[in-house]
Amino acid sequence: MAEAAAVAHDDHHYTSTGLNSWKVGFWTFIGSECLFFGTLLSTYMVYKGAALQGPYPGDVFDIPLTTISTFVLLMSSLAMVLALDGVQRGNKRLALFWLGVVIVFGSIFLGFQYYEFTHFVHEGLTLQQSVFGSTFFVLTGFHGAHVTVGVIWMISLFVMGLRDKLPPEKALSVEIAGLYWHFVDIVWIVIFVLVYLIP
Amino acid sequence: MSTQAEHGHGDHGSHASVKFYWMIGGILAALTALEVAAYYMELGAIEVPLLLILSAAKFVLVVGFFMHLKFDSRVFTGVFVAGLVLAVFMVSALILLYHWVPGFTSVAAGSA
Repeated sequence: MAEAAAVAHDDHHYTSTGLNSWKVGFWTFIGSECLFFGTLLSTYMVYKGAALQGPYPGDVFDIPLTTISTFVLLMSSLAMVLALDGVQRGNKRLALFWLGVVIVFGSIFLGFQYYEFTHFVHEGLTLQQSVFGSTFFVLTGFHGAHVTVGVIWMISLFVMGLRDKLPPEKALSVEIAGLYWHFVDIVWIVIFVLVYLIP
Repeated sequence: MSTQAEHGHGDHGSHASVKFYWMIGGILAALTALEVAAYYMELGAIEVPLLLILSAAKFVLVVGFFMHLKFDSRVFTGVFVAGLVLAVFMVSALILLYHWVPGFTSVAAGSA
C-alpha cells in the first residue's frame, strides 16, 4: 500500500525500458509533429512558383526583418537551455531570468510575425489571393500558433517558479517544455531556408 | 566535444556546461549570418546546396545539444528520427514528383 502510494507520488514515471514515460511520449509527439509540418511544407513546396497572380514572394518578403526574428528565436532556444540548467542547479533567480528571456524573445518573434502578416495583407496577399498566400499563411500561421502555445507554457512555468514550485526535482517539467520550444525553433530553421532564402 | 560535455546516463540531468551552451548559441548565430550572406551573394549553382547544408548543421546542433539527443538514450533518437525520416521522404518525394517528373502535374490534375 505504502509502496503503491510512493509510486503514485513519484514524478518520474519510468517504463520497463528504464526510460521516463513522459519523455518517451513527448519524443513520440515531436516525431509526429515532424510529419504534421512535413505535410504543410510539402504543400508549400509543391505549389512554389505556381501562383497565377501577385504579390509574389519576391514582392513581399523582407529578409532583413525575418533574419532578426530568426535570430531572436534561435537565442530564445539558448535561453531555454540555460533556464533548464538553472532549475537543475536549484538556482531560482537564474531559472526565472532565463525563462523570462524565453517569454520576451518568443513574444518578440510573434510580434514580428504579426507585423509581417499585416504588412502582407496590406500589400494584397491574403489567404484567398493565390496559392502562394494560402500555403504561406497556413504553414507560418501554424508555426506561429505553436510559438503562442510555447509562450503560454513558459509563462505558466515562470509563475510556478515565482511560487517556488520549480525545485530541481521538477526539472523534468522544464525539460519537456524545452523540448517543445526547441522543436518550434528547428521547424523555423527549416522554414527560414526553404520558404524565405531559397528563391 | 566530449571533454566539455558531461555524458549523461539514462535520460537524466544536466548534460553540458553553460559555457558550452553559449558556444553552441554563438555557432548558431554565425551559421544564420552565413545563410543570409549566401542569399545576398547569389552564389549560383552552389547557393541552394550550401543553404541546405547550413540549415542542416543548425538543425543538428539544436537537436543534438539543446534537446540533449547527443547525450540521451538512443531510443529517443530512434523515435524522433523515425518521424523525421518519413517527413523528409514525403517532402522530397512530392517535390520530385511535382517539379522534376515531366507531365506529372497535368496527370495529377486530370485524375482529380
